Amino acid sequence: MTGFQIVVLWSDVLVWLLVAAGVGVGLLIARNPPLRAAWRRVGASRAGMASATVLAAFVAVGLLDSLHYRVALDGAPGQKTRYAVEVLSVLDALATPLRTRNEKTYSAPFATRLYAKETVDVPGVGAVRDYPPLKHGGSHLAGRDDEAAADVAFRAFRGAVIGFLAWMAIAALVAAAVRAGDSAVDAAGWRKIWRRETVFAWDAVLATLLAMLLAGVPLLLLAADYHVFGTDKVGQDVFYQVLKSVRTGLIIGLVTTLVMLPVAVLLGIVAGYFRGWVDDVIQYVYTVLNSIPGVLLIAAAVLMMQVVIDTHPQWFATAAERADLRLLALCFILGVTSWTGLCRLLRGETLKLRELEYIQAAQAFGVSSWRIIVRHILPNLMHIVIIALVMDFSGLVLAEAVLSYVGIGVDPTMTSFGTMINNARMELGREPVVWWSLAAAFAAMFVLVLAANLFADAVRDAFDPRAA
Amino acid sequence: MLAYIVRRLLYALPILIGVNLLTFALFFVVNTPDDMARMQLGVKRVTPEAIAKWKAERGYDKPLFVNSAAAGLSTVTDTIFFEKSARLFVGDFGRAEDGRDIAREIGARMGPSLAIALPTFVLGLFVTVSFALMLAFFRASALDFWGVVLCVAMMSVSGLFYIIGGQYLVAKLWRLVPISGFGEGVDAWRFLVLPVVIGVIGGIGSSTRWYRTIFLEEVGKDYVRTARAKGLPETAVFFGHVLRNALIPILTGVVVVIPLLFMGSLLTESFFGIPGLGSYTIDAINAQDFAVVRAMVFIGSVLYIAGLILTDISYTLVDPRIRFQ
Repeated sequence: MTGFQIVVLWSDVLVWLLVAAGVGVGLLIARNPPLRAAWRRVGASRAGMASATVLAAFVAVGLLDSLHYRVALDGAPGQKTRYAVEVLSVLDALATPLRTRNEKTYSAPFATRLYAKETVDVPGVGAVRDYPPLKHGGSHLAGRDDEAAADVAFRAFRGAVIGFLAWMAIAALVAAAVRAGDSAVDAAGWRKIWRRETVFAWDAVLATLLAMLLAGVPLLLLAADYHVFGTDKVGQDVFYQVLKSVRTGLIIGLVTTLVMLPVAVLLGIVAGYFRGWVDDVIQYVYTVLNSIPGVLLIAAAVLMMQVVIDTHPQWFATAAERADLRLLALCFILGVTSWTGLCRLLRGETLKLRELEYIQAAQAFGVSSWRIIVRHILPNLMHIVIIALVMDFSGLVLAEAVLSYVGIGVDPTMTSFGTMINNARMELGREPVVWWSLAAAFAAMFVLVLAANLFADAVRDAFDPRAA
Repeated sequence: MLAYIVRRLLYALPILIGVNLLTFALFFVVNTPDDMARMQLGVKRVTPEAIAKWKAERGYDKPLFVNSAAAGLSTVTDTIFFEKSARLFVGDFGRAEDGRDIAREIGARMGPSLAIALPTFVLGLFVTVSFALMLAFFRASALDFWGVVLCVAMMSVSGLFYIIGGQYLVAKLWRLVPISGFGEGVDAWRFLVLPVVIGVIGGIGSSTRWYRTIFLEEVGKDYVRTARAKGLPETAVFFGHVLRNALIPILTGVVVVIPLLFMGSLLTESFFGIPGLGSYTIDAINAQDFAVVRAMVFIGSVLYIAGLILTDISYTLVDPRIRFQ
């Protein structure tokens, strides 16, 4: 048993802080009847719950990828243990075969041979130009390439059966839970779900789960012996890169909001509540920031951040740390450039709220301004904040890809959808075309963003008083 | 009217000064010119002499705000702030890393940028408004439902996908148009068709959904019910009343981006090799040409503020209820 040293990257801190904040907000919501009712409406929305199931899977991958450690190197017993330079995550450990079994260069999905011809020595024949067999992809077939299709089909079928059985088990549990929560004795749980008689959209959750298990379990089983999405230029498994990109996308989408939220909420409410010169100053600040086209402001800020990082190499112990801080700086910059919209919304709403009778009554009672803001104004703005939070997410994930393409995104060593696309787009010019890297990145991004968009719509419909 | 415009222009001035100060702080205070020199020169060639030479060539060797060594007015004017930031106001952007005059370069590149951006804008507006109108006309039907589903799906696709996919399919596989490049005169259309079409398709998702919401909001208003009560057919209600009124928020919403069309599009221009301002910006970012990025930030905000003023004016033009104050 080798030892390990836990590494806490700054982004990990923020991710887990976000999880803690999510739990905290959840507890708060449970005690607040209007918010609870709104979330119940989200729970009743079929599209919302189906997309939430997909998002949960992405978040699980992202969280597993946010627990980092460094493996201890084998040394003499007496010596002080030293740790590897490479920072790994729990996801890396789970996906060890994917991470370590690299090929020489490109290979197509499910291929058993390399994409490019090479000179191979065949015993008795001599040097022959041929496609060399892969080191790992389909290596259990021991060269019987013609059996690959049958093998893949068989394994996929086996995976689908396992996935279906797992789904049956989960569905039975859910049905039992639904039945237990119901006082009517005759109602069988599964029948209620099937007839959509439950308040919570269990049918959507279970249907999505079935689709995910039927596709996901075969994929995972096949990934053990094949490169399901092919390999890239340096022979790395594309499926592994997709998994690693999820965390980057989630961090960009969520941490950015976390950074901008306190500023936007505080300044928006203060400007609307106190008016006068405070309002003028805050309005001036956000108008200035708003007048610079977003991409250009981000470009300028990122360029300057690069200068800081490049001229201070002593700040970073490992490459992972540097990439990590650069990611956080990018989140911060995106946050600074995107808080203005929410701030303006909150200011306008506060201006309306402060004229209402209950606020004036509180003022007449001599309640202090801060107390009024925290107790009476902030809770009535929560729906705007929540809507803004979920609506921004998908846009930020898409923006990351564009920024990485422009060269002002995440660190080039960090795996993200943007860097994957950027590395792969030149390969479309090859003959035969190398499409799998691009396709995998775009497909994964599409699923993530589509789920986020549908979820955001469900949340907006549930929280927006105008929509009712 | 004139007094109103003049007053709006005066309001814009402090905002531009703010933008100017912000970019100055970003480029010269967060990082000293020494840092920039080290970055540009690379690790190997950094010597104090090389840094001094690099700074002197670009005029970065002066003090930031106050030059106490100079006499008279030049204590203020012979500084980095005056030379590099204040002079942006009179359109003097200085020189790029390759020694070319940035202002002239910008003038030359506006044409190609507009050649892409203007058709994309006009065509895109026409297509999305028509599509949204159709969805709103057949509201709450299967057509509306699947139309919205299509919109959500289309807005979930990365903009890079439309460009890369379109370029691959149309230009490489079908060989209908050249993959990239730009030509002068009438011949230019062959280079423009694909980027414009891709630009329009890429914008359909989010715009259509937004316009559909506006149309639906308008449909629910009282005057629509009155029009129906008069016995007008649904088509007359829709195209005579709803469309006209919904165009007010739509038009005023798009006016703000019209001046920004001059800036072109970063992605489209760099993928299609169009020598416009967007690709100029990208090249500057990749070459870490700080002077060009600074100039583009300033021009971008000038155009944005111009768009805001135009928006206010267009409000008063299309909606007679709003008067100049």
